[in-house]
Amino acid sequence: MAATDSSAGLLPELASVYWRPRMTAARLRQRERLWTLTTVAHVLPFVVVAIGMLLLSPLAAPVSLAALAHAWLIPALYARRGATVTRSLQPGPAGAERVSIGLLGDLVGHDARELHARTGLVPEPGRLGTWLVGEVGALLVSGRRVSCWCVRATDPEGARLPSGDRVAHLLLALRSDEEGFATVANLAFSGARWRVRRRLPKRQRAALDALA
Amino acid sequence: MSRLIRMDGSGHTTLAEWTTDDPVSVEAAVAAFREELEQGSIAMVTRGPGHAEHVRELPLDERLVIMRRPIAGG
Repeated sequence: MAATDSSAGLLPELASVYWRPRMTAARLRQRERLWTLTTVAHVLPFVVVAIGMLLLSPLAAPVSLAALAHAWLIPALYARRGATVTRSLQPGPAGAERVSIGLLGDLVGHDARELHARTGLVPEPGRLGTWLVGEVGALLVSGRRVSCWCVRATDPEGARLPSGDRVAHLLLALRSDEEGFATVANLAFSGARWRVRRRLPKRQRAALDALA
Repeated sequence: MSRLIRMDGSGHTTLAEWTTDDPVSVEAAVAAFREELEQGSIAMVTRGPGHAEHVRELPLDERLVIMRRPIAGG
């Protein structure tokens, strides 16, 4: 009677993003490099202006400082947007929360349970890197780079899922098809780990540190 | 005893319980499973640490089958 998905374990949700090429390790590296280039393109002109103004006249130092501030702020704003994928939504009724956390606990090991209790994020090793799965997104940690993915469970009609179920939805999807998961999710930011870490709520920084 | 559960606003709801030697419970579980699929749910079973699998028919020999909602990029 048992029959597994004949489409070789592909995530069913891929049908809703049929135009996207399936994410692979090579495509991911490509997108990471694109993010780096974009960051450089944003930062470099301001740095050049800052140096140029200072060379033209020391009196232009305030303008140079303003340009450097822009060079710092723009990537920081991108990183802040990326870090929002780990935010927690308003919890549901206490009973539902307790039940959902119990189910999530059954799906993960002791260490992951403990980290989730402290940070709200569940670590999950994968082929693309190590994931930290939250309620409305996930961080993919690979070396000194973090990619921030925005993805969430669609709420059932007339109800909102409790936090544990939100994480469990993403975790099950990720476990069944990691590359499909990264295809369905939207990449909100990719950049240096320290940049994302600074923008995370304090309690969640421990999750990133645990992977260091 | 195997269980079919659905993650929902209450945490999760048990939709059916069955044992393979009880045809009535199996029939009820299959019906509940198909109804959930028709409503757009996706059925998952865990396959050991770090692995899960999407199933399209009720795997009667599994102890736990979890119905989840589709995910989408935010």
